[in-house]
Amino acid sequence: MREALRTAMTADPRVLLLGEDVGRYGGSYAVSKGLLEELGPERIRDTPLSELAVTGAGLGAALGGLRPIVEIMTVNFSLLALDQIVNSAAALRHMSGGQFHVPLVIRMATGAGRQLAAQHSHSFDGWFAHVPGLKVLAPATVTDARHMLSLALDDPDPVVMLEHALLYNVTDELGPPPSAEEAWRAAVRRSGRDLTLVTWGGMLPRTLVAAEELAKLGVDAEVLDLRCLRPLDTRRLTESVRRTRRALVIDEAWQTAGLSAEISAQIFEGCFYDMDAPVKRVCSAEVPMPYAAHLESAALPSVAGIVAAARTLLQGSAS
Amino acid sequence: MNLTGIHPVPFGAAESRDLVRQMLRIRRFEEACAQLYGQQKIRGFLHLYIGEEAVATGVIGALQADDAIVATYREHGHALVRGVPATVVMAEMFGKSGGCSRGRGGSMHLFHAPTRFYGGNAIVGGGLPLAVGLALADRMLGRQRVTACFFGEGAVAEGAFHESMNLAALWQLPVLFCCENNGYAMGTALERSQSQTDLCARARSYNMPALAADGMDVVAVVQAARTAVAQVRRECRPVFIECRTYRFRAHSMFDPELYRPKEEVELWKQRGPLHTFTDRLKAQQLFSEADFQSLEAEVAAEVRAAIEFADASPLEPVADLLRDVHTPPEAV
Repeated sequence: MREALRTAMTADPRVLLLGEDVGRYGGSYAVSKGLLEELGPERIRDTPLSELAVTGAGLGAALGGLRPIVEIMTVNFSLLALDQIVNSAAALRHMSGGQFHVPLVIRMATGAGRQLAAQHSHSFDGWFAHVPGLKVLAPATVTDARHMLSLALDDPDPVVMLEHALLYNVTDELGPPPSAEEAWRAAVRRSGRDLTLVTWGGMLPRTLVAAEELAKLGVDAEVLDLRCLRPLDTRRLTESVRRTRRALVIDEAWQTAGLSAEISAQIFEGCFYDMDAPVKRVCSAEVPMPYAAHLESAALPSVAGIVAAARTLLQGSAS
Repeated sequence: MNLTGIHPVPFGAAESRDLVRQMLRIRRFEEACAQLYGQQKIRGFLHLYIGEEAVATGVIGALQADDAIVATYREHGHALVRGVPATVVMAEMFGKSGGCSRGRGGSMHLFHAPTRFYGGNAIVGGGLPLAVGLALADRMLGRQRVTACFFGEGAVAEGAFHESMNLAALWQLPVLFCCENNGYAMGTALERSQSQTDLCARARSYNMPALAADGMDVVAVVQAARTAVAQVRRECRPVFIECRTYRFRAHSMFDPELYRPKEEVELWKQRGPLHTFTDRLKAQQLFSEADFQSLEAEVAAEVRAAIEFADASPLEPVADLLRDVHTPPEAV
C-alpha cells in the first residue's frame, strides 16, 4: 500500500493524502509511514478529527482539479462521513446532469479480529456497494493492494477502497498489475469442480485454507475473489456457479441484509436451473462484536465454519 | 424605517440600476415560480428567496468570473445573479432536459459548470465541506480564486459547519463563508436553537475574521462583501460574513407558517430590499420610476422567455434513466 501511495504521488503532483495521523504518526496502520518526510506536509495532510468535513473537502478538492485520497482511519468512523459520501460524492455527477465528476478515492481499514469490540469491528461493504455512483474495491492480495490504488486514482468517479486490517502485514510475492480487461473483474484464486466459495477481502485467506481442508476430504472447491464489490462481476460469478452447481458465500459482515444477500440473489437469478443446492452463506453472527477472544472467534466466519458449511452444501445434493 | 437621504448610496447610476435589475430579476422569477408551482409545472420542494434578494445580489456581485459558488436549496436567486441563464434554471425546475442539470436535480440541485456554480444542496450544511475542498485545490494549485459558500443560520448547528470552519481557518483556505441569517431554520427560530446567537462571535472562535451586515440593504451587503472578498483573496484565508435578512414567504410551498406572527412578516416587508433601495435612488436622482418600469418590462420579458423555453424543452427519454451515474472515459 505504501509503495502504491509513493508511486502514485511521485508520478502525479495532483495526488494528495488527507487523513487522521497519516503524517507524523506515520498512519494508524503504518501505511503512510515515511511519506511525510518524503513528500511534505502539503501532500501528506494530517487532519483534525473531522471525518465529515475532510471527506467533503476531498470531494471539493477533486472537483477543483486535485486527485485527493481521503483516508478514513477505519470503516467504523466512516459512518460520520456517510452524508458526504452518499449525498454528495456519489450523487453529484447525476444531480448535476453530468456536468461534474468526482475523482475522489476514499480508503479505509475494515474488519474485525483484533478484539477491538463493537465500535471498531464493522464490515459495511454492503452499505457502500449499495450506492449508485460509487465504485467499491476490496483488495485481498499483495498484488491487488499494490495495484488497485492506481486503478482507483485513474477512475473519474468516487472509489471506496476497503482494506482489511488483518491483511496489512501479509507478505507475498508481488505480481504484475492486472490487464485492463481484468482490472475490475473477479479472480479465480483456486480452480475447482465441486462448489464455488465466493468471498473477498479479509475472508480470502481463511477461505483458501478452508479449500485446502476440503481438498483433503475429497472436495474440490473453486475460490472466487470478487475484488470489486461495485460493480459486481456477475458474469464471472454466475459462470463459476453454473459450472460447479453449488455456491457458498463467505462474508465477514452480518448475514441479515448484507452483501452476501445480494450475491445470493444474483446467483439465484443467473444460475438457478444449473444448481444442485440453494446458496449457502457463512457470515458473522448477529451480535455486536464482543471483546473476549473466544467470543469474537465464534462470531466471525472461521475455517472450520466454512468447511462445515461446504460439507452441508454437498450432502443434500441430487446428483 | 425610511433610510432615504440618511445614507446616500455610494454608487453611480449604472451600477445602481444593475443592482436593482438583479434583485428584480430574482423577485419576479421567484414570484413566477410560486405561480407555476400552483399550476403543478414545478413539483417537489420549492424554496423561495423573496425578501433576501440583496444578499445574493450584493455578495455575488463582489465575486470575479472564475470564483466558485456553493449554495443551498434556496439558490435560484444565486444562480440567476451568477449568470446561469433564467431559461435553463426554469427548465430545470420543470424537470426538462434543457435544464441546467438536465432535469435530474430540480429546484434544489441547480448546477452550472461554466459559471462555477456548484449547487444547490438539500442537506443543510452539506455544501461547506465541498467549498473547503474547492478552496484547498485553489490554494494548492496557486490560483487566486475565492469560493463563496452560502448557508442559512440553521446550518450553524450542524457538525459540518464547525468542522469546515475549523479546517478552513487551520489550513488558511480562501473561502467566503456567507451566512444568510433569516432568523428561521424552517420553523425554528435562531433563539430556540442556539445557545449563542452571535454568529460572528462563533466564527471568531475559529480565529476567523467575521463581519455582519444588514442583509436588507444591498449597499451594506455590497460593501461588506467587497471588503470580505478582498481579504479572502489577498490573504488567502477564510472570512465569515453574516447577512441579516428575512424571507417574506414560507420556508417552502408546504409551510403554513405557524411559527411566526404575520405582524413580524409585515414589519420586515417594510424593510424590503427592493423598494427601500429604489426609494433611496429616486431621492438621490440616480434612478426614476420610468427606469423602474423599463426594468420591469425587461425582467418580465426575461421571465416569459424562460417559461417559454422551459415549456418547449423536451423531457429526457426514460431509456436514458441510467446515464450520468458514472463518467464515461470520453467525458473526462
